[in-house]
Amino acid sequence: MKKSMDILITGVGGQGVVLASDIIGETAIAAGYDVKKTDTLGMAQRGGSVVSHIRLAEKVWSPLIKEGQVDLMLAFEKLEAARWSHYLKKDAVVIINKYEQPPPSVSLGKEKYPSDDELVTALKRRTDKIYLIDGNQKVKELGNVRTLNIFMLGSFAAFAPLDDKVWQESISQRLPEPIREINLKAFALGRKEIEGVRIGTN
Amino acid sequence: MQLLSGNEALALGAYHAGVQVACAYPGTPSTEILENLARFKDIYAEWSTNEKVAMEVGMGASYSGVRTMVSMKMVGLNVAADPFMAASITGIIGGLVVISADDPQIHSSQNEQDNRHYARLAKVPMLEPSDSQDVYDLMQYAFDISEEFDTPVLFRTTTRIAHSKSVVNANKTRKIKNTHPAFFHNPQKYIMLPVNALPRHAKVEERMVKLAQYCETFPMNQVIWNKKKIGIVTSGVAYQYAREAFPEASFLKLAMTWPLPQKMIKDFAAKVENLIVIEELDPFLQDNIKAMGIKVSGKEIFPIVGELNTRIVTESSIGAGLIPESEKSVVLPPAEGLPKRPPLLCPGCPHTGIYYTLNTVGQRTKLVESTEPQEPKLIITGDIGCYTLGAYPPHNVLDTTACMGAGIGQALGMEKAGVKSKVVAVIGDSTFMHSGITGLVNAVYNQGHITILILDNHTTAMTGHQEHPGTGVSAQGKETYTLDIESLCKGIGVKDLKVINAFDLKALRAGLRDSIDKDELSVIIVRGACAVQVKKRQNPRKIDVEKCTQCGTCLKLGCPAIQSANGQVFIEPTLCAGDICGLCEQLCPQKAISA
Repeated sequence: MKKSMDILITGVGGQGVVLASDIIGETAIAAGYDVKKTDTLGMAQRGGSVVSHIRLAEKVWSPLIKEGQVDLMLAFEKLEAARWSHYLKKDAVVIINKYEQPPPSVSLGKEKYPSDDELVTALKRRTDKIYLIDGNQKVKELGNVRTLNIFMLGSFAAFAPLDDKVWQESISQRLPEPIREINLKAFALGRKEIEGVRIGTN
Repeated sequence: MQLLSGNEALALGAYHAGVQVACAYPGTPSTEILENLARFKDIYAEWSTNEKVAMEVGMGASYSGVRTMVSMKMVGLNVAADPFMAASITGIIGGLVVISADDPQIHSSQNEQDNRHYARLAKVPMLEPSDSQDVYDLMQYAFDISEEFDTPVLFRTTTRIAHSKSVVNANKTRKIKNTHPAFFHNPQKYIMLPVNALPRHAKVEERMVKLAQYCETFPMNQVIWNKKKIGIVTSGVAYQYAREAFPEASFLKLAMTWPLPQKMIKDFAAKVENLIVIEELDPFLQDNIKAMGIKVSGKEIFPIVGELNTRIVTESSIGAGLIPESEKSVVLPPAEGLPKRPPLLCPGCPHTGIYYTLNTVGQRTKLVESTEPQEPKLIITGDIGCYTLGAYPPHNVLDTTACMGAGIGQALGMEKAGVKSKVVAVIGDSTFMHSGITGLVNAVYNQGHITILILDNHTTAMTGHQEHPGTGVSAQGKETYTLDIESLCKGIGVKDLKVINAFDLKALRAGLRDSIDKDELSVIIVRGACAVQVKKRQNPRKIDVEKCTQCGTCLKLGCPAIQSANGQVFIEPTLCAGDICGLCEQLCPQKAISA
């Protein structure tokens, strides 16, 4: 019996959430899972709040995860982690990219961007397993900010019941040659980063 | 085994079923169907100018004997309803499958209409898949049924089917049924004069009787026996939620939802204690089952508004006593007080400059600050596309958005009704081609004085950059004739026609002022390429903090790259579009912004 897993990826339109969730799905199929996933597309994707549901199990029915059932959340932006906190299961794992992208109401001074404490409080209603990593800084150092999504996948891989070799293959299959290598590096970097943070906090 | 979206599975299924002609107009959640079909070089695929035209092209191809697919979002079928009804009465030759991709929850639409009613209205068979494998498998049946019963087939998906990915075993290979397309003269079938149409109606009714027999043994309609206390009739994605919420119930999963298998439903109903219908939107199955004289409940328990999910199905069922209270899971409310993040115009968007101009010239911010409804100084009728996002702050530039192409007619209607304010209609280039042209012809013919802004970003942006008659490239990437909007407007009879660079704020303001002050109809083509399609990003703008007085003027552009943190406005260099735009640099009163 394969261990089932419900994953939520959250972020802002343009951050590569959909590609990341596609690669998780393709990796899981290669590992013999039944997979269903569903994304925000169309109007909502232009700079708006974006969420992708991915479900792995022996047999999956609904493509949408039920609120309170998410095993792992991968948040590409801080505020977007808190926004979907009610989807988390008790003791779920949350990996958050420290990046802050203020929505227009914040830039216009109509609303406040929540403090880290406020964001963490929302998540702590469900779990203490919260890992903050500075993805944007790391991929900037790597030399390509567009690899953030694959960096985040690397951090996810540390918690996923999926083989490293299968990850390499599905990333290579999905990304064209000129950017393949740097993305594989971003994946490895994300994995290394989360291992460091995990040891640090636990 | 592949992970395919419903739309990808649909295109592959149609390809394997031998589709030879495919036409569509882009619309979420249907767009990717034609995009995927267009990649097959051995079929003909086109972006038609609108759904009505797509349906008519589809009819012609089908009459000529080839398998044809016409795909659209649900509101597209309203546009195509006239030829769709006509295709129903004439019948077809080559299989004609019409895709209606409905949007429960209104993720990206203007309403939540349930297009299953169209199957009943048009008297055509309807198929509804529950996941991508269903989509793929049903496609072969769709074409076969169409040809066997001389009818278009309505294939209805929803956003959760179209845009969810699931595992597909694509086990067929492409077979073409008719390699010699030909049209044969047959006025009784094709010329719908009254003398021919009435006998054709009788044939339609005969066909429905035959289909009602056929659907009783349709292999994709499935009974899943379990405990018989609760029996659930369901279809589409609702089946998945129902399976999860009721692991012990029996199911009648319908893949063909028009006509309905009366005997099959009666047999199922007779064997279960409590018959429930779980369906999204309208009580379509429920009402039709009731009409068979069967006791059934559905919409008394489950909501009619919005899409369903497992939680809603479970909670509604607990409320109705179908599931014990003990199974209720504690669901946290969403965290409170978080700033919303609505979709935005992109950095470098060619709509930003004209929207800033409309906002200031029309004093639009005052409108939203007032608690009482105000008459706008400048009324702005909107349309469907990325530029509908101008309704959000800080732009607040739209007064209406109804349906494709409606803005021009609405603007004229307001003027003719006698409003005091000037009226401006805003429409994108692709929407203008779709259904704005006839509105413009009407406004010129009826001597309107409105101003029409055609926001020409040279693509169909919102749905993901599809080609259209103004781009000069076909759906399959071939170079073709480029429609010249200026010549078209002149031909229609527009006398005051301006073309303004979308990134020149001074010219936009002067042009807009001139047009609205004129006592005649005026068209302004605001031209600038969609920022997502411009790959070259050079010299992101920076704010000189020494010169910046925090006046906040640049923030009123609503550019996502211009942000504010800890009281200092800054431009996020990874988001800024740089040289292609420069609006903030033109706008800054302190000259604090430069490359």
